[in-house]
Amino acid sequence: MTSISKPPVRHPSAQKNQIGLTKADYEGGMSTLCAGCGHDSVTAALIQAFWELDLPPHRAAKMSGIGCSSKTTAYFMKQSHGFNSVHGRMPSVTTGANAANRDLTYIGISGDGDSLNIGFGQLAHAIRRNVNMLYVIENNGVYGLTKGQFSASADVGSKSRKGEVNEQTPIDPVLLALTLGATFVARSFSGDKTQLVPILKAGLSHHGFALIDVISPCVSFNDHEGSAKSYAYMRRHEVEVVETDFVPLRREIKVPETHEELTVVRMHDGSEVRLHATAPGYNPRSRDTAYRHVQACVRKGEVATGLLFIDESGREMHDMQRTVTTPLAQLPYDVLCPGSAVLDSLMERYR
Amino acid sequence: MAPTNVSDPRYFHKVVDCQWACPAHTNVPQYLRLIGQGRYDDSYLLNRESNVFPGILGRTCDRPCEPACRRGRIDEKPVAICRLKRVAADLRGDITDRLPKAPAQKNGKRIALVGAGPSSLTVANDLLPLGYDVTIYEKHNQPGGLMRVSIPSFRLPASVIDEECQYIIGMGATMKYNTPVTSMKALLNEGYDAIFVGSGAPHGKDLDIPGRHDTSSIHVGLDWLAGVHFGHIEHIEPRVLIIGVGNTAMDCCRTSRRLGATDVTVVARRSRAHFKASPWELDDAIEEGVHILENHAPTRFVVENGVLTGMEFERLQWTEDKSGRQSSTVVGTVIVPCDAVILAIGQDNAVPWIESDLGIEFAARHMPIVDKVTHQSSRPGVFFGGDAAWGPQNIIWAVEHGHQAAISIHLHCSGRALTDRPPTGMTLTSTKLGMGAWEYSNDYNPSPRAKMQHEELVKRFSDVSIEVELGYTPEQAAREVERCLNCDVQTKFTDALCIECDACIDICPTSCLTITPVRESEADLRRHLSAPALNTKQELFVSGPLTQTSRLMVKDEDVCLHCGLCADRCPTAAWDMQRFDLKLGYAGGLLAGAEQR
Repeated sequence: MTSISKPPVRHPSAQKNQIGLTKADYEGGMSTLCAGCGHDSVTAALIQAFWELDLPPHRAAKMSGIGCSSKTTAYFMKQSHGFNSVHGRMPSVTTGANAANRDLTYIGISGDGDSLNIGFGQLAHAIRRNVNMLYVIENNGVYGLTKGQFSASADVGSKSRKGEVNEQTPIDPVLLALTLGATFVARSFSGDKTQLVPILKAGLSHHGFALIDVISPCVSFNDHEGSAKSYAYMRRHEVEVVETDFVPLRREIKVPETHEELTVVRMHDGSEVRLHATAPGYNPRSRDTAYRHVQACVRKGEVATGLLFIDESGREMHDMQRTVTTPLAQLPYDVLCPGSAVLDSLMERYR
Repeated sequence: MAPTNVSDPRYFHKVVDCQWACPAHTNVPQYLRLIGQGRYDDSYLLNRESNVFPGILGRTCDRPCEPACRRGRIDEKPVAICRLKRVAADLRGDITDRLPKAPAQKNGKRIALVGAGPSSLTVANDLLPLGYDVTIYEKHNQPGGLMRVSIPSFRLPASVIDEECQYIIGMGATMKYNTPVTSMKALLNEGYDAIFVGSGAPHGKDLDIPGRHDTSSIHVGLDWLAGVHFGHIEHIEPRVLIIGVGNTAMDCCRTSRRLGATDVTVVARRSRAHFKASPWELDDAIEEGVHILENHAPTRFVVENGVLTGMEFERLQWTEDKSGRQSSTVVGTVIVPCDAVILAIGQDNAVPWIESDLGIEFAARHMPIVDKVTHQSSRPGVFFGGDAAWGPQNIIWAVEHGHQAAISIHLHCSGRALTDRPPTGMTLTSTKLGMGAWEYSNDYNPSPRAKMQHEELVKRFSDVSIEVELGYTPEQAAREVERCLNCDVQTKFTDALCIECDACIDICPTSCLTITPVRESEADLRRHLSAPALNTKQELFVSGPLTQTSRLMVKDEDVCLHCGLCADRCPTAAWDMQRFDLKLGYAGGLLAGAEQR
C-alpha cells in the first residue's frame, strides 16, 4: 500500500475541461488495492471519461456493493454523491435512488462476485427495469478479497493460482445482458484504455442501462499461467469486434473519408457513437448477431470486445413507470405527499 | 527507436539537473539529504570532495545549479541549494581529522602553482595527498586570490576563507607569499616537474573616454575593491556612479554605501533583462538603496577645474530585428551629476611575465592557447586554469579547472598521455525498504522557498565587514531540504519484468509515463505521449520492446517528481527507485562516492 498521498503537482500542459476542471479534480483517494490491479486502470479510464464529458461531480452518484471492485468508487470523483451498499445489493439501491432523483448520473461499479454470484438476481432485475445508469463489472474471475477462489465468471478449465481447475460453467455477463433485453452491452479490457474510454463515455450518455463488462486482471490471485483472465491471456485472446468512437454534441462532426462501413448511433443527449465492426456481417444494432458472434468467440476461446450491442430507442425505467419528470427531491412537499384526504379518496377507488 | 542506454552514466547524471549544471558536478541531492538529517559534517565533506570550498561557495557561488533545479519547473522557485550548502559549512563540527592528508613519503615530484586562488588551491588539494611537493607563489600576503581581495567581506568573511584555505595549505604546501612571479623563464629554470598558472584575471578594464585622466575620482572597480580590502581606501564621496552591471558592479555599489556614499547609481547600457549580475545580488543592492539606470551609454566625464562633477550619457533605445539581433539608437544625451565613478565593465587576465620565447603561445587579446580538456598550454608541463585560462568565470569553474589540471599534472608527471583520463562511473542502489517504503523522503513538500534573513540596514552600513546574510537555522534548513525532489533517486526500469498493467501510468501525478507503439522519430514520439514532451532539453527514456505487446515504455524526464509512486504501484518491481551515485574521476583515481561515508 502506498504510504504517501499523490503530490498535488501536475504536468504544465494539463488542461481544463468546459466546466473548468482538470483531470485531477476527478480523482479520489489513494487506491488501497494491490499494486498492478486492473481496477485502478478502470478508475483511470473513468476519470478520463468524466473529464472529457465535462461531467459535474456534484451531479453524479457513485454506487457500489462489496468487493475489491466496489472499493474503487472511493478512488475517483471525491466530490460526488455515493452509496456503498450491502454485498450484491447495489442494483436495487441504485434503482431506488434513481427512482427518487432521476437527474443524477448513476455510476455503478461492481465485480463478478458482487454481480454474478451474490447479486445475480439484483443485476438481472436492474437490466429488466432498464434503470438509467452506467453499470461497470470489473471482472477478474476470482474472489480477490478472500484470496482467489473462483467466481461465477471463471471459465471452465481455467486454473487457480494453486493449480485447481474450475469445472463449473461460467456466467457471461454480456450474454446474460443480451438475453435479458439490455439496450447497451459492451465488453472491454482494463489494459486497453483507447477502447475503454469511448465505451465508458457512450455508456454514460446512453438512455437506459449500460452494461460494460471490463476484464480487469487480479494481479495477486489470477494473473498466472492457466488463468483466462490474466493480462497475458487477454493480450493473446482479445478480439476487438467493434471499434467505438464517441463524438460529443459540441464537437463539429466531420465524417472522415473512409470506405469502411460505419454505424452511427445518435444518443439521447445529441452526441453520436460511431461504430465500426471489424468482423464481417457484424451489426451492433442486431441483438441476434451480437449474441451469435459473442458465443462463437467464446467457443473459439476468444474474448470479443467493443460496444457489442446498442439500442438507443429503448425505454428506461421512468418511461415505463410513467413517473413524474421532476426529481422527487425537488417536488414541493404538498405535491410529494398530498395528505390523508387524497390517500382516502385513492383508497375509495378500491372498495 | 533504439532503447536508451542507461549504462552510460551521462543519462542518469543529466536527470540530476543540479549536478549536471554544476561545473564541478557536486552531488547536490545527497548532501542536501545529509543536511536534512542533521549530518552537517558528512554533508560538508561530501560537498568538499568536488567543490573544495563549501563555506566560501555557500556564500558566493553564482549557482548554476539553481536555474537548472527541477523544482523551478514545477514550482515558483528552485531549492535554495547554495544557502543550504552554507548551512552545512556553518554548523559543521571539527572535521580536520577526516580531511585528506599528505603522505609522509613524498613521490619526488615538485610542482609550482602561480597564484593562491581557488584554481591553484584545488590543484594543491588534489595533488598533496598523492605525495607531490607543492609550492604556491602568491603576490599578496594571504591566500584566497580574488575570493579575498575582490569579494567584499560583508558577503564573505575573512575567517571562512582562512579556514578553508588552511585545510589545503595545512597538508604541507610551501607558501611563497608576497612573491609575485615576474618571469616564467626564471620559474621554469627552477626545475619544477610541472607549472600551473592560476593567476586569475586581476586586470579591471578601463574606459578611455574624454575626461578619464583629468581627475582622481575615477576608479577601476577591481583595484578599488582591493584598496578597500587592504584598508587603503576608507571612504568615498557622497554621489557615486558605477559603470557596469556585473557582480563586481554590485560589490562596488554596495561597498560604496558602506564607505559613506549616500546616492549610488549603477548605470547600464542595456535593460535589466540583459544584466550580468546574479538576480539575488541585484536584489540585495536595491534593498540597500542603490539606484539602477538602464539604457545609458557613457560618452564623457564632466570635469570642472580638476573636479569631477558629473558624467555624460547617451540615452539609448533598443530594437530587435527578426533574427533577434538587438541594435540601439541614440535618443538624447543627459548629464548625471556625481562626485566619483567606479568602472566595473569587465576584467582581463594579465600575464605580462610570461616571455614570448618559451613556447607558450598566445591567441588574440593575450589569451594563452590552452587545451579545453587537459588545461595544458602549447608548452608541455605548463598548465592554465581559473580565470587565467579563458577569462573571467565563476569560482566553481576555477575549482573544476583545478581538478582537471591536477589530473593532467598527475598524468604528465607519471609519464602518461594526458588523454588517459580517469573514467566517470556510477553506482545504482535500490532504495526500497519494503511495501511503499523507501529510504528517501519521497513525500512532496509544497512549502515555498525559505527566505534568507538579512542583517538590518543600519547595522550593515556601520562596518564594511558585517555579514549581510545571516544563514538558515537548522529548522529552516531541514524544511528547505524537503523541497528537494531527490532527482538522484532514479526511476530504473527493467523491461523484461513489465506486464503492461498501466499501474505506473495511472498513478503518475505529472503524466511522465506512456506505453506506446514504436514511433518513427523522437519528435513524433514527443507529441504522442500521455502529456506532450515539449521541453526538448530534457531526455526521453525509451525501453526495449515489452514482452507482451512489443510496445515501448517511454518516460519524459522533464517534470518527474521522483515521488516513487510508479515503483510503489508496480506489481513486478519493473520500476525501482535507485540512488544514483556519480563516480567522478580525480587525480587520485576514482573518488570514493558517498557510499563509504
